[in-house]
Amino acid sequence: MTRPKLEIHNLSKSFDDKIVLRDVDLTVNSHEVVCLIGSSGSGKSTLLKCINLLVDIDDGEILLDGESITTSSVNPNDVRQRMGIVFQAFNLFPHMTVLENITLSPVKVHGVSRQEAVARARHLLDQFGLAEKIDEYPDRLSGGQQQRVAVIRSLAIQPELMLFDEVTSALDPELVAEVLGVIRGLKNEGMTMIVATHEMGFARDVADQVCFLDAGVILEKGAPKKIFSQPDQPRTRQFLQRIVEAGRL
Amino acid sequence: MRRGPQQLWPRRTKRRREEGSRGALIAAGSTIIVFGLILWVVLTSAAWPEVQRQFFSWKHFKESFPKVLGGFWLDIQMFIIAEILILTFSLVLAMIRSLRGPAFFPLRAIVITYIDLIRGIPILLLILLMGFGIPALQLQGVPKSEMFWGVTALVISYSAYTAEVYRAGIDSVHESQRMSARSLGLTQTQALRYVIVPQAIRNVIPALLNGFVSLQKDVALVFVLGVREGLREAEIYKAGTFNYTSYVVAAMLFLAISVPVARFTDWYTERDRRRRQVMST
Repeated sequence: MTRPKLEIHNLSKSFDDKIVLRDVDLTVNSHEVVCLIGSSGSGKSTLLKCINLLVDIDDGEILLDGESITTSSVNPNDVRQRMGIVFQAFNLFPHMTVLENITLSPVKVHGVSRQEAVARARHLLDQFGLAEKIDEYPDRLSGGQQQRVAVIRSLAIQPELMLFDEVTSALDPELVAEVLGVIRGLKNEGMTMIVATHEMGFARDVADQVCFLDAGVILEKGAPKKIFSQPDQPRTRQFLQRIVEAGRL
Repeated sequence: MRRGPQQLWPRRTKRRREEGSRGALIAAGSTIIVFGLILWVVLTSAAWPEVQRQFFSWKHFKESFPKVLGGFWLDIQMFIIAEILILTFSLVLAMIRSLRGPAFFPLRAIVITYIDLIRGIPILLLILLMGFGIPALQLQGVPKSEMFWGVTALVISYSAYTAEVYRAGIDSVHESQRMSARSLGLTQTQALRYVIVPQAIRNVIPALLNGFVSLQKDVALVFVLGVREGLREAEIYKAGTFNYTSYVVAAMLFLAISVPVARFTDWYTERDRRRRQVMST
Protein backbone atom coordinates (compact mmCIF):
# COMPACT_ATOMS: atom_id res chain seq x y z
CA MET A 1 0.00 0.00 0.00
CA THR A 2 1.30 3.44 -0.84
CA ARG A 3 2.10 5.89 1.88
CA PRO A 4 -0.67 8.41 2.69
CA LYS A 5 -0.09 12.02 1.66
CA LEU A 6 -1.12 13.37 5.03
CA GLU A 7 -1.63 11.76 8.41
CA ILE A 8 -2.94 13.43 11.52
CA HIS A 9 -2.60 11.68 14.85
CA ASN A 10 -4.30 12.75 18.10
CA LEU A 11 -4.24 16.41 17.21
CA SER A 12 -5.51 18.73 19.94
CA LYS A 13 -5.74 22.49 20.05
CA SER A 14 -7.26 24.96 22.47
CA PHE A 15 -7.40 28.73 22.50
CA ASP A 16 -7.07 29.79 26.14
CA ASP A 17 -9.59 27.54 27.91
CA LYS A 18 -11.64 26.71 24.86
CA ILE A 19 -10.94 23.33 23.31
CA VAL A 20 -11.21 23.73 19.55
CA LEU A 21 -9.90 20.35 18.40
CA ARG A 22 -9.67 17.16 20.42
CA ASP A 23 -7.84 13.96 19.46
CA VAL A 24 -8.35 14.39 15.76
CA ASP A 25 -7.18 11.50 13.57
CA LEU A 26 -7.29 11.77 9.83
CA THR A 27 -5.57 10.09 6.91
CA VAL A 28 -5.59 11.58 3.44
CA ASN A 29 -4.25 9.53 0.54
CA SER A 30 -2.76 10.98 -2.61
CA HIS A 31 -5.36 12.16 -5.15
CA GLU A 32 -8.05 11.88 -2.51
CA VAL A 33 -10.60 14.60 -1.73
CA VAL A 34 -11.65 14.86 1.90
CA CYS A 35 -14.58 17.11 2.81
CA LEU A 36 -14.93 18.47 6.31
CA ILE A 37 -18.51 19.25 7.25
CA GLY A 38 -20.07 20.46 10.47
CA SER A 39 -21.59 23.61 11.91
CA SER A 40 -19.67 26.86 12.28
CA GLY A 41 -17.27 26.72 15.18
CA SER A 42 -16.89 22.96 14.99
CA GLY A 43 -13.16 23.32 14.26
CA LYS A 44 -12.99 22.78 10.48
CA SER A 45 -11.17 26.02 9.86
CA THR A 46 -8.74 25.57 12.72
CA LEU A 47 -7.92 22.06 11.52
CA LEU A 48 -6.94 23.42 8.09
CA LYS A 49 -4.85 26.17 9.68
CA CYS A 50 -3.10 23.59 11.84
CA ILE A 51 -2.21 21.56 8.75
CA ASN A 52 -0.81 24.71 7.12
CA LEU A 53 1.07 25.50 10.37
CA LEU A 54 -0.64 28.86 10.60
CA VAL A 55 -1.82 27.73 14.03
CA ASP A 56 0.49 25.94 16.48
CA ILE A 57 -0.89 22.66 17.74
CA ASP A 58 -0.92 21.74 21.44
CA ASP A 59 -0.70 18.00 21.10
CA GLY A 60 -0.44 15.28 18.48
CA GLU A 61 1.39 15.05 15.22
CA ILE A 62 0.94 15.83 11.54
CA LEU A 63 2.86 13.86 8.91
CA LEU A 64 3.32 14.93 5.33
CA ASP A 65 4.57 12.11 3.10
CA GLY A 66 5.34 10.18 6.26
CA GLU A 67 7.50 12.89 7.79
CA SER A 68 6.46 14.93 10.79
CA ILE A 69 5.92 18.61 10.05
CA THR A 70 5.03 19.51 13.61
CA THR A 71 8.45 19.01 15.21
CA SER A 72 10.35 22.15 16.07
CA SER A 73 13.19 21.34 13.67
CA VAL A 74 10.90 21.82 10.67
CA ASN A 75 10.77 25.29 9.13
CA PRO A 76 7.08 26.19 8.64
CA ASN A 77 7.94 28.13 5.49
CA ASP A 78 9.27 24.97 3.84
CA VAL A 79 6.05 23.13 4.65
CA ARG A 80 3.84 25.97 3.44
CA GLN A 81 5.67 25.97 0.14
CA ARG A 82 4.33 22.48 -0.48
CA MET A 83 0.67 23.19 0.16
CA GLY A 84 -1.83 25.81 -0.86
CA ILE A 85 -4.66 27.19 1.23
CA VAL A 86 -7.63 29.27 0.06
CA PHE A 87 -9.64 31.25 2.56
CA GLN A 88 -13.28 32.20 2.88
CA ALA A 89 -12.53 35.91 2.45
CA PHE A 90 -10.22 35.49 -0.62
CA ASN A 91 -7.49 37.60 1.06
CA LEU A 92 -6.02 38.79 -2.21
CA PHE A 93 -3.45 41.56 -1.84
CA PRO A 94 -5.43 44.69 -2.77
CA HIS A 95 -2.39 46.77 -3.78
CA MET A 96 -1.25 44.25 -6.37
CA THR A 97 -2.69 43.33 -9.74
CA VAL A 98 -3.96 39.82 -10.41
CA LEU A 99 -0.64 38.94 -12.05
CA GLU A 100 1.40 40.34 -9.15
CA ASN A 101 -0.74 38.45 -6.66
CA ILE A 102 -0.07 35.21 -8.48
CA THR A 103 3.64 35.65 -9.17
CA LEU A 104 4.69 37.04 -5.76
CA SER A 105 5.34 33.72 -4.06
CA PRO A 106 6.84 31.84 -7.05
CA VAL A 107 9.33 34.66 -7.64
CA LYS A 108 10.18 35.67 -4.07
CA VAL A 109 9.91 32.34 -2.30
CA HIS A 110 10.44 29.62 -4.88
CA GLY A 111 13.11 31.41 -6.87
CA VAL A 112 11.30 30.96 -10.16
CA SER A 113 12.38 33.47 -12.80
CA ARG A 114 9.91 36.29 -13.42
CA GLN A 115 9.47 35.21 -17.01
CA GLU A 116 8.67 31.65 -16.03
CA ALA A 117 6.30 32.78 -13.25
CA VAL A 118 4.42 35.10 -15.61
CA ALA A 119 4.10 32.35 -18.20
CA ARG A 120 2.77 29.97 -15.60
CA ALA A 121 0.31 32.60 -14.30
CA ARG A 122 -0.95 33.26 -17.83
CA HIS A 123 -1.46 29.58 -18.40
CA LEU A 124 -3.48 29.19 -15.19
CA LEU A 125 -5.53 32.33 -15.85
CA ASP A 126 -6.32 31.01 -19.32
CA GLN A 127 -7.33 27.67 -17.92
CA PHE A 128 -9.75 29.29 -15.46
CA GLY A 129 -11.16 31.80 -17.93
CA LEU A 130 -9.60 34.87 -16.32
CA ALA A 131 -7.03 35.74 -18.97
CA GLU A 132 -8.42 39.23 -19.59
CA LYS A 133 -8.27 40.10 -15.87
CA ILE A 134 -4.50 39.72 -15.64
CA ASP A 135 -3.77 43.41 -15.04
CA GLU A 136 -6.85 44.24 -12.97
CA TYR A 137 -6.75 45.05 -9.27
CA PRO A 138 -8.78 42.74 -7.01
CA ASP A 139 -11.41 45.36 -6.17
CA ARG A 140 -12.42 45.42 -9.83
CA LEU A 141 -13.33 41.72 -9.80
CA SER A 142 -16.48 39.96 -8.66
CA GLY A 143 -16.31 37.76 -5.56
CA GLY A 144 -16.26 34.62 -7.67
CA GLN A 145 -13.45 35.95 -9.85
CA GLN A 146 -11.46 37.03 -6.78
CA GLN A 147 -11.83 33.59 -5.27
CA ARG A 148 -10.72 31.92 -8.49
CA VAL A 149 -7.66 34.18 -8.53
CA ALA A 150 -6.98 33.15 -4.93
CA VAL A 151 -7.11 29.49 -6.02
CA ILE A 152 -4.74 30.22 -8.90
CA ARG A 153 -2.41 32.08 -6.54
CA SER A 154 -2.16 28.92 -4.44
CA LEU A 155 -1.80 26.66 -7.46
CA ALA A 156 1.03 28.80 -8.80
CA ILE A 157 3.34 27.44 -6.11
CA GLN A 158 2.64 23.95 -7.51
CA PRO A 159 1.38 22.49 -4.24
CA GLU A 160 1.16 18.80 -3.46
CA LEU A 161 -1.91 19.39 -1.35
CA MET A 162 -4.67 22.01 -1.45
CA LEU A 163 -6.70 23.18 1.52
CA PHE A 164 -10.01 25.00 1.04
CA ASP A 165 -11.54 26.85 3.96
CA GLU A 166 -15.23 27.47 3.23
CA VAL A 167 -14.26 29.13 0.01
CA THR A 168 -17.82 29.74 -1.17
CA SER A 169 -19.33 31.02 2.08
CA ALA A 170 -18.71 34.68 1.28
CA LEU A 171 -20.04 34.47 -2.27
CA ASP A 172 -23.38 35.40 -3.79
CA PRO A 173 -25.28 32.19 -4.60
CA GLU A 174 -24.91 32.57 -8.36
CA LEU A 175 -21.12 32.82 -8.00
CA VAL A 176 -20.76 29.68 -5.91
CA ALA A 177 -20.94 27.31 -8.89
CA GLU A 178 -17.96 28.84 -10.71
CA VAL A 179 -15.70 28.33 -7.71
CA LEU A 180 -16.95 24.82 -7.01
CA GLY A 181 -16.38 24.09 -10.69
CA VAL A 182 -12.72 24.97 -10.21
CA ILE A 183 -12.38 22.51 -7.33
CA ARG A 184 -14.09 19.79 -9.38
CA GLY A 185 -11.62 20.48 -12.16
CA LEU A 186 -8.73 20.04 -9.74
CA LYS A 187 -10.14 16.72 -8.59
CA ASN A 188 -10.16 15.51 -12.17
CA GLU A 189 -6.50 16.48 -12.45
CA GLY A 190 -5.78 14.33 -9.42
CA MET A 191 -5.06 17.04 -6.84
CA THR A 192 -5.11 15.95 -3.21
CA MET A 193 -7.51 18.24 -1.36
CA ILE A 194 -9.07 18.87 2.01
CA VAL A 195 -12.20 20.96 1.67
CA ALA A 196 -14.11 22.49 4.58
CA THR A 197 -17.54 23.32 3.21
CA HIS A 198 -21.20 24.00 3.89
CA GLU A 199 -22.12 22.89 0.36
CA MET A 200 -23.43 19.41 1.13
CA GLY A 201 -24.47 18.59 -2.41
CA PHE A 202 -20.96 19.38 -3.55
CA ALA A 203 -19.40 17.33 -0.76
CA ARG A 204 -21.57 14.35 -1.67
CA ASP A 205 -20.52 14.55 -5.34
CA VAL A 206 -16.84 15.25 -5.00
CA ALA A 207 -15.59 13.77 -1.75
CA ASP A 208 -13.92 10.41 -1.44
CA GLN A 209 -14.21 10.75 2.29
CA VAL A 210 -16.45 12.96 4.43
CA CYS A 211 -15.65 13.91 8.01
CA PHE A 212 -18.32 15.30 10.28
CA LEU A 213 -16.84 17.56 12.95
CA ASP A 214 -18.74 18.45 16.07
CA ALA A 215 -17.29 20.52 18.90
CA GLY A 216 -13.72 19.82 17.85
CA VAL A 217 -14.10 16.08 17.43
CA ILE A 218 -14.36 14.07 14.23
CA LEU A 219 -17.57 12.37 15.19
CA GLU A 220 -17.96 10.33 12.07
CA LYS A 221 -16.12 9.74 8.85
CA GLY A 222 -16.62 7.60 5.81
CA ALA A 223 -17.74 7.50 2.22
CA PRO A 224 -20.18 10.29 1.33
CA LYS A 225 -22.88 7.80 0.48
CA LYS A 226 -22.73 6.34 3.97
CA ILE A 227 -22.53 9.68 5.83
CA PHE A 228 -25.29 11.37 3.88
CA SER A 229 -27.74 8.46 3.79
CA GLN A 230 -27.09 6.33 6.88
CA PRO A 231 -25.04 8.21 9.44
CA ASP A 232 -24.29 6.23 12.60
CA GLN A 233 -24.30 9.15 15.00
CA PRO A 234 -27.54 10.86 16.09
CA ARG A 235 -25.69 14.21 16.08
CA THR A 236 -24.78 13.74 12.40
CA ARG A 237 -28.36 12.85 11.58
CA GLN A 238 -29.58 15.97 13.41
CA PHE A 239 -27.08 18.19 11.56
CA LEU A 240 -28.04 16.79 8.16
CA GLN A 241 -31.73 17.01 9.05
CA ARG A 242 -31.35 20.75 9.64
CA ILE A 243 -29.50 21.16 6.36
CA VAL A 244 -32.28 19.34 4.52
CA GLU A 245 -34.92 21.47 6.25
CA ALA A 246 -33.05 24.59 5.16
CA GLY A 247 -33.26 23.28 1.61
CA ARG A 248 -29.51 23.05 1.21
CA LEU A 249 -29.28 19.36 0.34
CA MET B 1 -22.72 57.25 -15.01
CA ARG B 2 -22.35 60.42 -12.98
CA ARG B 3 -25.11 62.13 -14.89
CA GLY B 4 -27.59 59.45 -13.89
CA PRO B 5 -29.06 61.01 -10.76
CA GLN B 6 -29.52 64.35 -12.48
CA GLN B 7 -31.67 62.76 -15.12
CA LEU B 8 -33.66 60.93 -12.53
CA TRP B 9 -34.27 63.93 -10.30
CA PRO B 10 -33.73 67.03 -12.39
CA ARG B 11 -35.85 69.29 -10.21
CA ARG B 12 -34.13 68.34 -7.01
CA THR B 13 -30.72 68.95 -8.55
CA LYS B 14 -31.76 72.35 -9.86
CA ARG B 15 -33.08 73.40 -6.48
CA ARG B 16 -29.89 72.19 -4.86
CA ARG B 17 -27.84 74.25 -7.26
CA GLU B 18 -29.87 77.36 -6.45
CA GLU B 19 -29.39 76.72 -2.76
CA GLY B 20 -25.67 76.26 -3.43
CA SER B 21 -25.23 79.63 -5.11
CA ARG B 22 -27.30 81.34 -2.45
CA GLY B 23 -25.09 79.68 0.18
CA ALA B 24 -21.95 80.98 -1.47
CA LEU B 25 -23.40 84.51 -1.50
CA ILE B 26 -24.24 84.35 2.20
CA ALA B 27 -20.76 82.98 3.02
CA ALA B 28 -19.07 85.77 1.05
CA GLY B 29 -21.26 88.45 2.63
CA SER B 30 -20.73 87.32 6.21
CA THR B 31 -17.00 86.89 5.63
CA ILE B 32 -16.67 90.48 4.39
CA ILE B 33 -18.65 91.79 7.34
CA VAL B 34 -16.75 89.81 10.01
CA PHE B 35 -13.26 90.46 8.67
CA GLY B 36 -14.13 94.06 7.87
CA LEU B 37 -15.17 94.59 11.47
CA ILE B 38 -12.00 93.01 12.85
CA LEU B 39 -9.82 95.08 10.51
CA TRP B 40 -11.69 98.26 11.43
CA VAL B 41 -11.27 97.62 15.18
CA VAL B 42 -7.54 96.92 14.76
CA LEU B 43 -6.73 99.78 12.42
CA THR B 44 -8.63 102.43 14.39
CA SER B 45 -7.24 101.41 17.78
CA ALA B 46 -4.88 103.84 19.48
CA ALA B 47 -2.01 101.32 19.59
CA TRP B 48 -2.07 100.51 15.86
CA PRO B 49 0.54 103.03 14.64
CA GLU B 50 2.99 101.72 17.21
CA VAL B 51 2.23 98.08 16.34
CA GLN B 52 2.64 98.82 12.66
CA ARG B 53 6.01 100.47 13.23
CA GLN B 54 7.28 97.54 15.31
CA PHE B 55 5.97 94.60 13.29
CA PHE B 56 4.86 95.73 9.85
CA SER B 57 7.35 98.35 8.78
CA TRP B 58 7.73 98.34 4.98
CA LYS B 59 11.26 99.70 5.20
CA HIS B 60 12.45 96.95 7.54
CA PHE B 61 10.52 94.38 5.55
CA LYS B 62 12.43 95.25 2.39
CA GLU B 63 15.76 95.33 4.17
CA SER B 64 15.43 92.10 6.14
CA PHE B 65 13.68 90.01 3.50
CA PRO B 66 16.71 88.91 1.43
CA LYS B 67 18.69 87.97 4.54
CA VAL B 68 15.87 85.99 6.14
CA LEU B 69 15.07 84.33 2.81
CA GLY B 70 18.72 83.28 2.47
CA GLY B 71 18.59 81.68 5.90
CA PHE B 72 15.23 80.13 5.17
CA TRP B 73 16.73 78.29 2.21
CA LEU B 74 18.92 76.48 4.74
CA ASP B 75 15.77 75.58 6.71
CA ILE B 76 14.32 73.98 3.60
CA GLN B 77 17.50 72.01 2.94
CA MET B 78 17.64 70.76 6.51
CA PHE B 79 13.95 69.88 6.31
CA ILE B 80 14.33 67.82 3.16
CA ILE B 81 17.38 65.91 4.37
CA ALA B 82 15.85 65.28 7.80
CA GLU B 83 12.50 64.18 6.36
CA ILE B 84 14.08 61.61 4.04
CA LEU B 85 16.13 60.17 6.90
CA ILE B 86 13.13 60.17 9.24
CA LEU B 87 10.84 58.38 6.78
CA THR B 88 13.41 55.65 6.21
CA PHE B 89 14.71 55.19 9.73
CA SER B 90 11.29 55.18 11.38
CA LEU B 91 9.99 52.62 8.90
CA VAL B 92 12.82 50.29 9.89
CA LEU B 93 11.94 50.88 13.56
CA ALA B 94 8.27 50.15 12.96
CA MET B 95 9.04 46.98 11.01
CA ILE B 96 11.29 45.67 13.75
CA ARG B 97 8.62 46.46 16.30
CA SER B 98 6.02 44.42 14.45
CA LEU B 99 8.15 41.30 14.04
CA ARG B 100 6.64 38.40 15.94
CA GLY B 101 8.12 35.48 17.80
CA PRO B 102 10.39 35.14 20.84
CA ALA B 103 13.59 35.23 18.75
CA PHE B 104 13.00 38.89 17.95
CA PHE B 105 12.36 39.91 21.56
CA PRO B 106 15.70 41.72 22.10
CA LEU B 107 15.28 43.74 18.91
CA ARG B 108 11.71 44.65 19.82
CA ALA B 109 12.78 45.63 23.34
CA ILE B 110 15.51 47.94 22.01
CA VAL B 111 13.09 49.67 19.65
CA ILE B 112 10.37 50.08 22.28
CA THR B 113 12.87 51.51 24.78
CA TYR B 114 14.18 53.90 22.15
CA ILE B 115 10.70 55.12 21.23
CA ASP B 116 9.64 55.53 24.87
CA LEU B 117 12.77 57.39 25.91
CA ILE B 118 13.01 59.72 22.95
CA ARG B 119 9.34 60.64 23.01
CA GLY B 120 9.76 61.59 26.65
CA ILE B 121 12.52 64.14 26.01
CA PRO B 122 11.61 67.68 24.89
CA ILE B 123 12.92 68.12 21.37
CA LEU B 124 14.66 71.41 22.23
CA LEU B 125 16.51 69.71 25.06
CA LEU B 126 17.72 66.98 22.72
CA ILE B 127 18.93 69.58 20.20
CA LEU B 128 20.87 71.45 22.90
CA LEU B 129 22.24 68.25 24.38
CA MET B 130 23.53 66.89 21.09
CA GLY B 131 24.29 70.15 19.28
CA PHE B 132 26.49 71.57 22.05
CA GLY B 133 27.35 68.40 23.93
CA ILE B 134 28.79 66.15 21.25
CA PRO B 135 31.07 68.70 19.52
CA ALA B 136 32.36 69.66 22.99
CA LEU B 137 33.69 66.13 23.42
CA GLN B 138 36.25 66.89 20.69
CA LEU B 139 36.27 63.26 19.62
CA GLN B 140 38.40 62.22 16.70
CA GLY B 141 36.45 61.62 13.52
CA VAL B 142 33.16 62.90 14.94
CA PRO B 143 31.66 65.87 13.08
CA LYS B 144 31.93 69.13 14.98
CA SER B 145 29.23 70.99 13.06
CA GLU B 146 26.36 72.16 15.28
CA MET B 147 24.05 71.95 12.32
CA PHE B 148 24.94 68.31 11.74
CA TRP B 149 24.07 67.40 15.31
CA GLY B 150 21.01 69.64 15.34
CA VAL B 151 19.58 67.85 12.31
CA THR B 152 20.59 64.49 13.81
CA ALA B 153 18.66 65.37 16.97
CA LEU B 154 15.61 66.21 14.86
CA VAL B 155 15.89 62.92 13.01
CA ILE B 156 16.25 60.95 16.24
CA SER B 157 13.29 62.65 17.87
CA TYR B 158 10.95 62.68 14.89
CA SER B 159 11.74 59.06 14.01
CA ALA B 160 10.35 57.93 17.35
CA TYR B 161 7.02 59.61 16.61
CA THR B 162 6.93 58.62 12.97
CA ALA B 163 7.67 54.99 13.85
CA GLU B 164 4.46 55.02 15.88
CA VAL B 165 2.57 56.41 12.90
CA TYR B 166 3.89 53.60 10.71
CA ARG B 167 3.07 51.07 13.40
CA ALA B 168 -0.53 52.25 13.51
CA GLY B 169 -0.58 51.74 9.75
CA ILE B 170 0.87 48.25 10.02
CA ASP B 171 -1.69 47.36 12.69
CA SER B 172 -4.48 48.71 10.48
CA VAL B 173 -3.79 46.08 7.82
CA HIS B 174 -6.04 43.13 8.53
CA GLU B 175 -4.46 40.07 10.12
CA SER B 176 -5.79 37.92 7.26
CA GLN B 177 -3.35 39.65 4.90
CA ARG B 178 -0.39 38.54 7.00
CA MET B 179 -1.84 35.04 7.29
CA SER B 180 -2.42 34.87 3.58
CA ALA B 181 1.14 35.97 2.85
CA ARG B 182 2.59 33.47 5.32
CA SER B 183 0.44 30.69 3.85
CA LEU B 184 2.16 31.30 0.51
CA GLY B 185 5.47 30.56 2.17
CA LEU B 186 6.66 34.15 2.58
CA THR B 187 8.84 34.79 5.63
CA GLN B 188 7.83 37.39 8.21
CA THR B 189 10.04 40.05 6.69
CA GLN B 190 8.92 39.24 3.16
CA ALA B 191 5.28 39.44 4.27
CA LEU B 192 5.95 42.82 5.87
CA ARG B 193 7.90 44.14 2.92
CA TYR B 194 5.72 43.04 0.03
CA VAL B 195 2.26 42.78 1.57
CA ILE B 196 1.80 44.65 4.86
CA VAL B 197 3.98 47.76 4.58
CA PRO B 198 2.79 48.94 1.14
CA GLN B 199 -0.79 48.85 2.40
CA ALA B 200 0.20 50.38 5.74
CA ILE B 201 1.92 53.35 4.13
CA ARG B 202 -1.12 54.10 2.01
CA ASN B 203 -3.21 54.11 5.18
CA VAL B 204 -1.03 56.61 7.02
CA ILE B 205 -0.09 59.08 4.28
CA PRO B 206 -2.30 61.83 5.83
CA ALA B 207 -0.66 61.34 9.21
CA LEU B 208 2.81 61.41 7.62
CA LEU B 209 1.95 64.64 5.80
CA ASN B 210 0.92 66.10 9.14
CA GLY B 211 4.40 65.27 10.38
CA PHE B 212 5.84 67.14 7.37
CA VAL B 213 4.09 70.35 8.44
CA SER B 214 5.32 69.93 11.97
CA LEU B 215 8.94 69.21 11.04
CA GLN B 216 9.04 72.04 8.53
CA LYS B 217 8.60 74.46 11.43
CA ASP B 218 10.67 72.58 13.97
CA VAL B 219 13.85 72.76 11.89
CA ALA B 220 13.94 76.40 13.02
CA LEU B 221 14.74 75.11 16.51
CA VAL B 222 18.36 74.56 15.51
CA PHE B 223 18.69 78.37 15.68
CA VAL B 224 19.49 77.86 19.38
CA LEU B 225 22.76 76.31 18.25
CA GLY B 226 23.67 79.44 16.34
CA VAL B 227 22.99 77.93 12.93
CA ARG B 228 22.27 80.81 10.57
CA GLU B 229 18.94 79.64 9.25
CA GLY B 230 15.86 81.83 8.71
CA LEU B 231 14.90 82.48 12.29
CA ARG B 232 18.52 83.18 13.27
CA GLU B 233 18.86 85.73 10.47
CA ALA B 234 15.64 87.40 11.63
CA GLU B 235 16.97 87.46 15.17
CA ILE B 236 20.25 89.02 14.03
CA TYR B 237 18.39 91.69 12.09
CA LYS B 238 16.18 92.44 15.08
CA ALA B 239 19.18 92.74 17.37
CA GLY B 240 20.64 95.40 15.10
CA THR B 241 17.49 97.46 14.57
CA PHE B 242 15.23 96.78 17.56
CA ASN B 243 12.44 96.19 15.04
CA TYR B 244 10.43 92.98 14.92
CA THR B 245 9.41 93.10 11.27
CA SER B 246 12.09 90.54 10.43
CA TYR B 247 10.31 88.02 12.67
CA VAL B 248 7.12 88.64 10.72
CA VAL B 249 9.08 88.02 7.52
CA ALA B 250 10.31 84.69 8.89
CA ALA B 251 6.78 83.77 9.97
CA MET B 252 5.46 84.54 6.49
CA LEU B 253 8.10 82.35 4.87
CA PHE B 254 7.25 79.40 7.11
CA LEU B 255 3.55 79.94 6.42
CA ALA B 256 4.19 80.03 2.69
CA ILE B 257 5.27 76.40 2.92
CA SER B 258 3.16 74.98 5.71
CA VAL B 259 -0.26 76.30 4.64
CA PRO B 260 -0.14 74.73 1.16
CA VAL B 261 1.08 71.44 2.65
CA ALA B 262 -1.77 71.53 5.18
CA ARG B 263 -4.32 72.22 2.42
CA PHE B 264 -2.83 69.42 0.33
CA THR B 265 -3.09 67.03 3.30
CA ASP B 266 -6.77 67.87 3.71
CA TRP B 267 -7.42 67.46 0.02
CA TYR B 268 -5.60 64.14 -0.09
CA THR B 269 -7.31 62.80 3.04
CA GLU B 270 -10.72 63.71 1.67
CA ARG B 271 -10.01 62.12 -1.70
CA ASP B 272 -8.72 58.98 -0.01
CA ARG B 273 -11.84 58.79 2.20
CA ARG B 274 -14.13 59.08 -0.84
CA ARG B 275 -12.21 56.39 -2.69
CA ARG B 276 -12.55 54.00 0.19
CA GLN B 277 -16.28 54.67 0.35
CA VAL B 278 -16.59 53.90 -3.34
CA MET B 279 -14.56 50.72 -2.85
CA SER B 280 -16.66 49.49 0.05
CA THR B 281 -19.97 49.88 -1.81
